[in-house]
Amino acid sequence: MFSDYTSAELLSIFAMQGFAGLILFSVFVLMALGLAIIFGQMGVINMAHGEFMILGAYVTYLISNLFATYLPSLFGIYFFIAMIISFVAAGALGALVEWSFIRFLYQRPLDTLLATWGLSLILQQVYRSVFGAREVGVTLPDWLMGSIPLTETIELPINGMFVMGLTLTIAVAVYLLMYKSRWGCQVRAVVQNRPMAAAVGINTARIDRITFALGCGIAGVAGSAFTMIGSTGPTAGQLYIVDTFLVVVFGGAASLLGTIASAFTISQAQSTMEFFLSGSMAKVLTLLTVVIILMIRPQGLFAMKVRK
Amino acid sequence: MSLNTRSLKTSMHSIKTVFPKGDLFYLAVLALFLGVLLPMTLDIFRLNMVGKYLTYAFVAVGLVLCWGYGGILSLGQGVFFGLGGYCMAMFLKLESSDPESTKIQSTPGIPDFMDWNQITELPWFWEPFYSLPFTIIAIIAVPTIFAYIIAVAMFKRRVGGVYFAIITQAIASILTILIIGQQGYTGGVNGITDLRTLLGWDIRTDSAKYVLYYVNFVCLMACLLIAQFVRKSKLGRLLVAMRGREDRVRFSGYDVSSFKIFVFCLGAAFSAIGGAMFTLQVGFMSPSFVGIVPSIEMVIFCAVGGRLSIFGAVYGALLVNWAKTTFSESFPELWLFAMGALFIGVVMAFPSGLAGIYKSHVEPFILRSWQKLKQAKPQPPEPPTSVPEKAPPPKTTPQNAAQPHPIVLTGSISPVGK
Repeated sequence: MFSDYTSAELLSIFAMQGFAGLILFSVFVLMALGLAIIFGQMGVINMAHGEFMILGAYVTYLISNLFATYLPSLFGIYFFIAMIISFVAAGALGALVEWSFIRFLYQRPLDTLLATWGLSLILQQVYRSVFGAREVGVTLPDWLMGSIPLTETIELPINGMFVMGLTLTIAVAVYLLMYKSRWGCQVRAVVQNRPMAAAVGINTARIDRITFALGCGIAGVAGSAFTMIGSTGPTAGQLYIVDTFLVVVFGGAASLLGTIASAFTISQAQSTMEFFLSGSMAKVLTLLTVVIILMIRPQGLFAMKVRK
Repeated sequence: MSLNTRSLKTSMHSIKTVFPKGDLFYLAVLALFLGVLLPMTLDIFRLNMVGKYLTYAFVAVGLVLCWGYGGILSLGQGVFFGLGGYCMAMFLKLESSDPESTKIQSTPGIPDFMDWNQITELPWFWEPFYSLPFTIIAIIAVPTIFAYIIAVAMFKRRVGGVYFAIITQAIASILTILIIGQQGYTGGVNGITDLRTLLGWDIRTDSAKYVLYYVNFVCLMACLLIAQFVRKSKLGRLLVAMRGREDRVRFSGYDVSSFKIFVFCLGAAFSAIGGAMFTLQVGFMSPSFVGIVPSIEMVIFCAVGGRLSIFGAVYGALLVNWAKTTFSESFPELWLFAMGALFIGVVMAFPSGLAGIYKSHVEPFILRSWQKLKQAKPQPPEPPTSVPEKAPPPKTTPQNAAQPHPIVLTGSISPVGK
């Protein structure tokens, strides 16, 4: 399959597909970070995570429309405001969900899976009723349009670079929060040993709620970023949820580094293969490889060694 | 002579062990409901729909064993349902695409969707499906072997809980993408449609639908009997024990993973029978019964019916599907809300489903009214703890009757090895 291309062409193909893979990687990382934090700490499988992401996307869509109608002069910076509001909205909804039913189900992880699936169905129908079944897209501000030509055959789209920068910023922020702040220290204590953390005076219930809200908030930002590279429909979240779960499990739950590494591997593999095979076969091969590796190494790439 | 009575005694005893107290009664009620009441009251269109719902009951019964008893939540039962259904559909499709009726195609004698996808030769894995015996074996064997591979890979490495759930879900996703992507070999997103005859017997007529309904009914009853046997056997108790404390069972010297593998394969085989019956009754098979969404819906059938009750699972499958049809006919918008609320509500408020509600509310009520009825009658009084729905007790020696039949539903283990 390589023989049809010259080596220069192949290089460009790999570069371009690699870049497309990096954009996919960014979305995966943003989704998976939130999921990994929640799963790692509480053992909760949040099947509605994709819908939290879509909430962010719809919020961004609304804000961009508001700016276009009322504040056209400030349209260039709407995205930053939309991102913050998406974060707050998704985080608030996350806190509400945690308070209203997730907290009763911590002892039954398989049941949280079903309950959050129910939540995702409800949210999907809400989106469908409010925004309609058709996909919506946002208008990008001028400075995000276009691309930077690197060589004759390689061009880098600006919006993709922006999303990557955003992902990097958020990943660094999460890292600082988890490993440098007092709150992060408490979270890690709860992850490692919940009863002991409670015994030394950490309010684990409160930590749980904030963590859940934070995870959902990051999903909201992911949705915000998602609008820049694709359009949003009510069921778009479901398309990503299985991939994201695999990313989290493949990386090793509760390991942020592992999550990022596995997101990188999966997205790169998928987007490079996509060029040579059909899209569906690329996905099948990627997922299959991940599943087989998980069967051989069930604890994931980077397992945290914890004494329970 | 003495040997004969002893074997009779043991068989009586084993019947009582497999069907303690009311279970035989519930089985009879279910059989009467499905086998007599519904066919008498519903027209053939509705009955065919009930038959379709009942094919999901196979999956739900399998899930009761896997999830309710074994604590293995599989979100990929649609895979086995689909594999069984596709095996059946491949046979029927080959029969309906004989060279005579497909002579307008550029390659006569192959299924129409292959012709549309410029495939000129029947793929090798379709060839054996010309034979009905092979097909019937394949319906059970293919999904079971597939389940066995997954289960061995996972359970031998002690993967369980949510990891297992996610991986089965991923497998469901992979299979769906594969089926849709390989349109020429599988019929793609439309699935395998336009199935007409089974060995020359038209499956679309009303009489055929009645026959198929009863075939389905008999298969379901057989699966229920197997499930009941597993539930009441030592295996069932071990499953419950494993669900409670897996390490303790392992430390007691049991090979935990083989029991899990067995029950997962059994669930897969049940699902596959359901899938094949689905294809026969509905007349097509498509990837929309394989993927993530249908697979997780199958779990809710089981959860609504009661994850610990094989009979409850059948009612759950009927009820949820009936509600789905009714709602989506009249209020399509509300259906997803109702379904979502059902997921949350069942998990939050009724973790043991309809069967649990029946056990905690309806059964005591029936018991009480039965007691009153008995007291009113001038009959020799029975001890108040007896359960009236007991099947007519077989004549047993006192020694036999004194043997207890514990029903262990909680995590605790009563002495298992006798």
